[in-house]
Amino acid sequence: MADVILKNVQKTFGRAKVIHGVDLDIRDGEFVVFVGPSGCGKSTLLRLIAGLEDITAGDLFIGGDRVNELVPAKRGIAMVFQSYALYPHMNVYDNMAFGLELAKSSKAEIDRKVREAARLLQIEALLDRKPRQLSGGQRQRVAIGRAIVRDPKVFLFDEPLSNLDAALRVQTRIEIAKLHTDTRATMIYVTHDQVEAMTLADRIVVLNAGRIEQVGTPLELYHRPANLFVAGFIGSPQMNFIECQVAGVGPAEVLVSLPGGGTLAVPVQPDGLQAGEAVTLGVRPDHVRISPEGALNGRVELVEELGENHLLYVDAGQGRRLTVREPGDARHEAGSTVSLDLARTFCHLFRRTGEALQPQAGATSPTSPDLTSSVA
Amino acid sequence: MTSAVAQGDVPVPRRVRGRRSSLTRSRVRAAWLFIAPSLIILALIAGWPLARTIWFSFTDADLNNLSDYEFIGFENYLANYDGEWLGLLTDPDWWRSVWNTVWFTLVSVSIETVLGIVVALILNAAFPGRGLMRAIILIPWAIPTVVSARMWNWMLHDQFGVINDMLLRLGLIAAPITWTANPDTALWTVVMVDVWKTTPFMALLILAALQMLPGDIYEAARVDGVHPVRVFFRVTLPLIRPALIVAIVFRALDALRVFDLIYVLTANSRDTMSMSVYARQQLVDFQEVGLGSAASTLIFLIIALLVVITLAAGRVRLGEDPR
Repeated sequence: MADVILKNVQKTFGRAKVIHGVDLDIRDGEFVVFVGPSGCGKSTLLRLIAGLEDITAGDLFIGGDRVNELVPAKRGIAMVFQSYALYPHMNVYDNMAFGLELAKSSKAEIDRKVREAARLLQIEALLDRKPRQLSGGQRQRVAIGRAIVRDPKVFLFDEPLSNLDAALRVQTRIEIAKLHTDTRATMIYVTHDQVEAMTLADRIVVLNAGRIEQVGTPLELYHRPANLFVAGFIGSPQMNFIECQVAGVGPAEVLVSLPGGGTLAVPVQPDGLQAGEAVTLGVRPDHVRISPEGALNGRVELVEELGENHLLYVDAGQGRRLTVREPGDARHEAGSTVSLDLARTFCHLFRRTGEALQPQAGATSPTSPDLTSSVA
Repeated sequence: MTSAVAQGDVPVPRRVRGRRSSLTRSRVRAAWLFIAPSLIILALIAGWPLARTIWFSFTDADLNNLSDYEFIGFENYLANYDGEWLGLLTDPDWWRSVWNTVWFTLVSVSIETVLGIVVALILNAAFPGRGLMRAIILIPWAIPTVVSARMWNWMLHDQFGVINDMLLRLGLIAAPITWTANPDTALWTVVMVDVWKTTPFMALLILAALQMLPGDIYEAARVDGVHPVRVFFRVTLPLIRPALIVAIVFRALDALRVFDLIYVLTANSRDTMSMSVYARQQLVDFQEVGLGSAASTLIFLIIALLVVITLAAGRVRLGEDPR
C-alpha cells in the first residue's frame, strides 16, 4: 500500500519531449486511470513510474520514498502488460513463481502464494499448462496472477484488456475492479478506452500530447470537462460542438446566437466574456431533443438504431452535424427535416482557447434522468 | 469462470485414399512437374557420383586406368589374407583420422557455439556503431577458407610468423613454436583457425534467433527483478534453443567433412588428418580409387548416421518448441 506522487516529471527521447512536466498525487489505495488518444504519453508515463524508462527531470515518490534511481524491482510495483508478457516456455505455475524465486522466498512460501493467487483468479486447473494452451482471457489472468504473487504496493496495468474480445473485456474489467476492492492496493491503469476509464477509475487522468488536461472523478470529467479536449474525449457518442458568438452577457448567464437565427441563454459564469466573442457551445447527444419549437433546424442524414435508444445524425446547415440520442426506436427517417431543442442547463461553453466557463452553482445536476444512458 | 478450453484436439478429417478429386490429382501432377528439374539435377550431380563412389569401393580400381577394374566385394573394407586382417577397417591411420575429425568437430563446434552466443548477445544490444560492427564481424566468414588458411599459415610460421614474433617479444615463449607441425599444437591450431573463421556464422544465426524474441518478457523480468544471468539461462537460452540446435547441426556437418582448412594448414600430417584428407590421400596420392572410395563411403555413412541421430534428437526437442 503506497501513494504515488509525481512532481514535474518530464521525459525526453532524443530531441522529442513526450512528457511535459506532469504533477500528480495518487492516494494510497486509489484506482487511477490514465486515458488519452494514441501517442498522448500515457504508456510512457506508466513506464516511468515502473522504472522501465528513466525520468529525464522531476521527482517520483512511491510510498514517500524518492524512487527515480531505483530499479523496477525495488520500487514495490508489479506490472501487467498489454501483450501479457508470459514466458512462453514455462507453465503457468512457473510463470507466476519465477519472479519470486529470486526474492529468496522459501519453496513452501512460493507455493502458497502461487496457489492462493491461482485460486483468487480461478486458474488453479491451468497451473500445468503452457501459455500457448491458454485462451487470451486466461493468459491475461495469469499475467495478473504474476503481479498478485509479488504482493506489490502499486499495481500498474498497461492496456491489459485491449487484446481481448468484447465479452471477455467486460468480464475481466469486472474482475480487475473486484481485485481492487479485495486488495485495496494502489492501481494505475492505462487505457485508450473511455468506458474502461469511466467504470474502473476512482479518478481519471486525461492526457493529451504529454500534458495532463484534467484530473477528476469519472462524473466530474463527464459533467464538468475543463476544456474542449476533455469534453470531446469523455462521453460516447462525442459531445456536439457548435461554433457561435456571444450575443450578450448577463450576471449569471451568457447569451449566444445560434446558427440559423435563434439565441440560447447558457447558465455559466461570464468571467469577463464580451459580446461578439467567438465561443464553442458544447452539448451532449442526450441533451438535444427533437421538438416542434426547437431553435435549430436540420435534415436527418443517418439513423442508427441501437435498440434501447437510437442516434440521429442531423445536418444543421453549413456542414455542421449534430448527434442526437433519443430513447426507444427512431420516429424519424433519413432525409426528413427536424427541429432541435438544446437543453440549455446541460450546455457547456468554451472560450476560443478551449477552456471551459464555470457553470453556475446548481446547473448541470448529476441527478438528471437523462444520465442513466449516458455511460454506455 | 468457465473451465479451460482444451486445444489441439479438433478432429482432422482423414484423407480417403483412392478417391482423390481431379483437382487434387492435377495439383499433385503440377507439384511433381515443379520439383522434377531439381530432382533430375540432384540425381546427376549428387546421386550419380555417390552411387559411383559406392560402386568403386567394392572394386580394385586404380586412378591410372579407371576402365579396368574387378569387383572384389568387401576386400577394401576388410579382408583376410592367410590369417592376417587387412583393409580400411584395420588401418590405424584411418581410425586416427576418424578420431581427429570427431575431436575437431566436438571441440571447435563447442567453442564456436559459446563464442557465437557471446558475440550475438553483444551485437543484439543497442550501442552506437552496431550496424558497422555486425558487418565487420562477418569478414572472417566471408574470406574463402583457402585464403584465410594461407594467411594463418604465414602468421603461424615458425621463423617469419607474426604470432611467434609477438609471443617472443612479450616473453611468453622462449623459442619459436612450430604451430602446425608440432603434434601437441597442430590440431589445436586447426581448431583455433576454424573458430576464428566460423564463429561469425554461429553468431549470425543466433543473432537472428535473438531478434525474434519478444521484448516484453524481458521487461516483465526486469519488473520482477530477475538477475540478467538468470534471465539468460532460464529465458533466453530455452527460447533460442531450436535455432541453436539448427546452427549446431549445420556447423557439425560442416566440421565432419572438413578438408580445405586442414589440408592447406598441415597438408597430409597424420596428427591432423581428417577423414576427408585421408580419403583424398588414398585416392589421389596413392591412386587407390577402390580404397579411397571405401573411405569416402564410410565418411558418407558416418555423417549420415550422425545426421539421423541429431535430427531424431532434435525433433524430440523441437517438439517442445515454446512458440
